[in-house]
Amino acid sequence: MELTKEQQEMLEGKKGNAVRKSMEILCALGEIYGAKKMIPVSSVQVAGVSYDNLDDAGLEYLAELAQDGRVRVLTTLNPAGMDLMEWKKLGISDEFASKQLEVVEAFSRMGIITSCTCTPYLIGNLPRFGESVAWSESSAVTFCNSVIGAKTNREGGPSALAAALTGFTPEYGMHLEENRQAVVEVKVKTKLKGTLAFGALGEAIGKKIGDKIPLITGVKEASLEELKSLSASIATYGGTAMFYIKGITPSRTKRPQEKIEVTKDDLKAAMKEMTDDGEEVDLVGLGCPHASIREIAKVAELLRGRKVKAEFWICTARTTKELADRMGYTKAIEDTGAKIAADTCMVVAPIKSKFKVMATDSAKGCYYGRGKNKFKTKIGSVEKCIEAAVTGKWKP
Amino acid sequence: MEAVRGSNQVKGFRAGDWKMEELKARKIAKGFAEGEVLRSEQAISFFGGVNADNGVVVEKDHPLEGKSISGKILVFPNCKGSTVGSYVLYQLKKKGIAPKAMIAKETDAIVAVGAIISEIPMVDHVEGGGYDRLKDGMKVKVEADEGKIVLL
Repeated sequence: MELTKEQQEMLEGKKGNAVRKSMEILCALGEIYGAKKMIPVSSVQVAGVSYDNLDDAGLEYLAELAQDGRVRVLTTLNPAGMDLMEWKKLGISDEFASKQLEVVEAFSRMGIITSCTCTPYLIGNLPRFGESVAWSESSAVTFCNSVIGAKTNREGGPSALAAALTGFTPEYGMHLEENRQAVVEVKVKTKLKGTLAFGALGEAIGKKIGDKIPLITGVKEASLEELKSLSASIATYGGTAMFYIKGITPSRTKRPQEKIEVTKDDLKAAMKEMTDDGEEVDLVGLGCPHASIREIAKVAELLRGRKVKAEFWICTARTTKELADRMGYTKAIEDTGAKIAADTCMVVAPIKSKFKVMATDSAKGCYYGRGKNKFKTKIGSVEKCIEAAVTGKWKP
Repeated sequence: MEAVRGSNQVKGFRAGDWKMEELKARKIAKGFAEGEVLRSEQAISFFGGVNADNGVVVEKDHPLEGKSISGKILVFPNCKGSTVGSYVLYQLKKKGIAPKAMIAKETDAIVAVGAIISEIPMVDHVEGGGYDRLKDGMKVKVEADEGKIVLL
């Protein structure tokens, strides 16, 4: 790979240890994937923040980088393992909390905005169309390539951090136009409405086509929240970094030869697959990916004046919660016994086996609820999840 | 070239001309190390598949289940699973129980990044069918910077 004088000096350690290590990572990735050169990135999203996933090893690595590493571009952070201010209300131990705060502090020393959200595009990290960035967090990666039209590979935590500390990423994969073309057309033969339906669509498509890029046709309307839901589930169940929706997403693609259909029955099957047997529900989780202010307003309206039986988390970014505080949504929600969990979510918090059955409107939430946290899961609309929270029961 | 070990018996070699056999490979992470091969016929998941406290493979029904990768030249086809796997390698290295070096058939971003941040020498793409000649218990030297594996 061809390096500029500046990049060569970074690799030789002339810009410090953190930059040297970062450049080594980027060069190795460039070699593996056949990149010819490095390109500048305008923003970074770093995943791998929860102490539950990082453990002491990850913390040690971050502390080492933080000794002399400083980010060169706008860099935001994925959710942590707890609400950084009100962890006690979520039942997090003091021991975990102190380690988690150390992790966030190390990121902060590097100049990273400790936004702790999986939806950076809602809180001020919004690249323009066509820009190259280096994002981790699979749902944000897919939203970025598809809905925003900026370009990123599916980075892991360390490689995203390396891009942040150097300002560069190797040019391969999704940064190259030829790899961003749709390869299969997915005709949607049913009407879609709501985040639940778009989540189920993502699951159905992901399972059918894996990590291929689809051109989705037959969808007339899609809100920000619905696209956020689709991005999360299609990346979780298929692994694709991008999708197109005809008439909705901004990038252009050739019409692919290969065609498949997704029917109402496929969506029903996807929902059924994500719903385990049984009636009891002891955890309800909304906000995967993090809830927008519009979603929180809706939950506040549906919940106002009621009382919940199950543990109920509405996960969101800190800045969104502050808006909710100002609007009285937080009070309306928390008066019922439900909790707004900022900075974290039910996927990355240390709650493995602490609950038996989680109800959610998120297809991605179901995947990690089962795999990582060993819960049984129920998937349904926001309204249905709220009924489950109030009664502690799931109505089929 | 076959049977180069003890090569004073091999036709064309003279005494003093003794050379150890070398395999060419692609450098992933720099450094060199000498040790005994532990070979896995299956992909390894470092996050969840290896106990970070003792280096023992804990994945159920994995061919290396119950064996420790510590201090070995770990030979494996590829890596699978979460990106947190990079940090597990780092944790093993900090505890002094990482593999001495790694030789993969194919490298993905997780293990490449893990090897680099942990400073564990690593190569892949062994040339000329050399990957299949790396057997359990064999002594080898990995010289990642030169992109070679020396069979001892």
